[in-house]
Amino acid sequence: MVNENLVKDVVKEPYKYGFVTDIETEKIAKGLNEDIIRLISEKKEEPEYLLDFRLKAFKKWQTMDEPDWAGLGYKQIDYQDIIYYSAPKQKEKISSLDEVDPKLLETFDKLGIPLTEQKKLTNVAVDAVFDSVSIATTFREELAEHGVIFCSISEAVKNHSDLIEKYLGTVVPASDNYFAALNSAVFSDGSFVYIPKGVTCPMDLSSYFRINSGDSGQFERTLIIAEESSSVSYLEGCTAPMFDTNTLHAAVVELIALDDASIKYSTVQNWYAGDEEGIGGIFNFVTKRGKCLGKRSKISWSQVETGSAITWKYPSCLLLGEESVGEFYSVALTNNLQKADTGTKMIHIGPKTKSTIVSKGISAGKSINSYRGLVKMGTKAKGSRNYSQCDSMLIGDQASANTFPYIKSQQPNSEIEHEASTCRISEDQLFYLQSRGIEFEEAVSMMVSGFCRDVFNQLPMEFAAEADKLLALKLEGSVG
Amino acid sequence: MQSKMKESDPILEVKNLSASTDNLPILKGVSLTVYPGEIHAIMGRNGCGKSTLSKIIAGHPSYNITNGDIKFLGENINSLEPEERAQLGIFLGFQYPIEIPGVSNLEFLRVSTNARRKFLNKEELDTFDFEELVKEKLEIVKMDHAFLSRSVNQGFSGGEKKRNEILQMALLEPKIAILDETDSGLDIDALRIVAAGIKKISNAQTGIILITHYQRLLDEIEPNYVHVMSDGQIIKTGESDLALELEKKGYEWTDNFIKET
Repeated sequence: MVNENLVKDVVKEPYKYGFVTDIETEKIAKGLNEDIIRLISEKKEEPEYLLDFRLKAFKKWQTMDEPDWAGLGYKQIDYQDIIYYSAPKQKEKISSLDEVDPKLLETFDKLGIPLTEQKKLTNVAVDAVFDSVSIATTFREELAEHGVIFCSISEAVKNHSDLIEKYLGTVVPASDNYFAALNSAVFSDGSFVYIPKGVTCPMDLSSYFRINSGDSGQFERTLIIAEESSSVSYLEGCTAPMFDTNTLHAAVVELIALDDASIKYSTVQNWYAGDEEGIGGIFNFVTKRGKCLGKRSKISWSQVETGSAITWKYPSCLLLGEESVGEFYSVALTNNLQKADTGTKMIHIGPKTKSTIVSKGISAGKSINSYRGLVKMGTKAKGSRNYSQCDSMLIGDQASANTFPYIKSQQPNSEIEHEASTCRISEDQLFYLQSRGIEFEEAVSMMVSGFCRDVFNQLPMEFAAEADKLLALKLEGSVG
Repeated sequence: MQSKMKESDPILEVKNLSASTDNLPILKGVSLTVYPGEIHAIMGRNGCGKSTLSKIIAGHPSYNITNGDIKFLGENINSLEPEERAQLGIFLGFQYPIEIPGVSNLEFLRVSTNARRKFLNKEELDTFDFEELVKEKLEIVKMDHAFLSRSVNQGFSGGEKKRNEILQMALLEPKIAILDETDSGLDIDALRIVAAGIKKISNAQTGIILITHYQRLLDEIEPNYVHVMSDGQIIKTGESDLALELEKKGYEWTDNFIKET
């Protein structure tokens, strides 16, 4: 009955998604220069304007310095040692899933994302991205009946070039920051969503990003456009194999909501986090931003960040439209030697705009977990309001938590409210739960999910359950 | 005193128990045997080791057993985890019940009840069945249903916290309950409710250890035995009149006792 090693045993439980798919891949040479960018663009048969976009971004990137203001202290990245395009070899043109390499289908099966007609998830359409390319997108015909476009961004470049040309880079300009510039120069694939006017997307849309090769970076790009009075809920999941080297993931996500449109973007990020000594893991340097362009438009970010050696991201909202609404709900959990610097920027530009920020950071092991956020009220943001709540939970005595809330207001007729708290799971709390027959691990996860409840309530149902389980798994063995 | 013949086997046997925390000895050879149906009271000055004894029986990780045994139904439980002891049927009513923000009292009660039921090979209760059960048990401690939707002990008054402890005891149906100063901080009405609750839950098969400073709880629940602790030892054991005498003469009176073996 006694199992004192229980705790130790579970710590050793390997990262469930750490396997590598043995598949023939087409990789280009390592390194980054104009020729590489031309090559990527050529492989994707891109129009001239996109090549221009890439080359301009690359020129800009060359003039920029890698930022270090977050003080994340990672080993300098050698950008010439990365492969910028890696794709599983498959037939030139795939017309149906039957032609997709079974190994790839098997991989996504193993990740819990079955793609085949018989097995696919019934209520979610999935775009599966493997290294640099999108493998398959399910439910395309069904979505098309409603006029919803859901496909890889490469495909969108070919088939919906007008939309790409109109919107790409309008929310996150190529020059926005170092990693956004890099992404703009070399992005390989990602998802594209277009919801036409008045349409409520009939099902959740989801992208699943899988990094498979160890020496290539992943630079996906997602663009979601919600036309007037439309709405969509979009989910994003990510995993990667365990390598003892760090892999760079520098994505850009752009959301655009027009009048009365609403976009809900949920992420469960579970990239490989490195081992207990901090060897390996993904550098997750991501720029995510939404533009509430229309009146009464709404963009809601919810994220559960559990993976990556380093997470550096601030899903943000530009609130331009009158009475537009921005939301950010975040749970960031770090363990061992992970570092997370995450938060949001709520930029209130239009009048009567509203934003809500709820951030829950949980730090265990020797990890560092920081909330960093900006709330800005512009001169025209009369009658705008923000509410922020940033809570930190410490587990053990070697973890640290920071909160950096930046507030700038140029509009006296606006309201900004900020609350913050820090708590620690104490031995007494654990003993109390245990003394009522509740297992140690369950006691910890009960307390953690209690702490995160406000955020979990915002997640789509199936995601909330998954997030709860994921946190429990990540925390196993982190206490005591 | 406890050597007389009993009809059944003891529930709890603490034998010559010594324990320390941070290398500081707290218990120095405590022995105590509780048979089914018995109520024991432990009294003594603050810091004499009463609470420590209760925590060690429940398996608190901060203390090391340096000598002696704790047996539950004849099995040594020295190295069991707190949750395993709880599942077996050991209940500790906390002197200062712990607040757990964000965890709903109802969910907490349900998970702990099911942990015990699972151990007893009883069917685990879903939220609906549990609701029925908990309603019935709330009666015992005269608690309002609204307590269930709040976070565990958070913002509860002293009396509410103690009643919540007895509610847990009622749900877990332990074989032995150690109630650590459950009476402290209660007004007379609350004390009566709590005492009545304890009496209702206990029966001929259960054992109870009451740790207390005050006679007034013992007026409500008459103990079979009263033990006086001092400096990590039980220095005197008597029947319920010992408590009355103690109340009259104070702990100073016990300073002259040498340890009865």
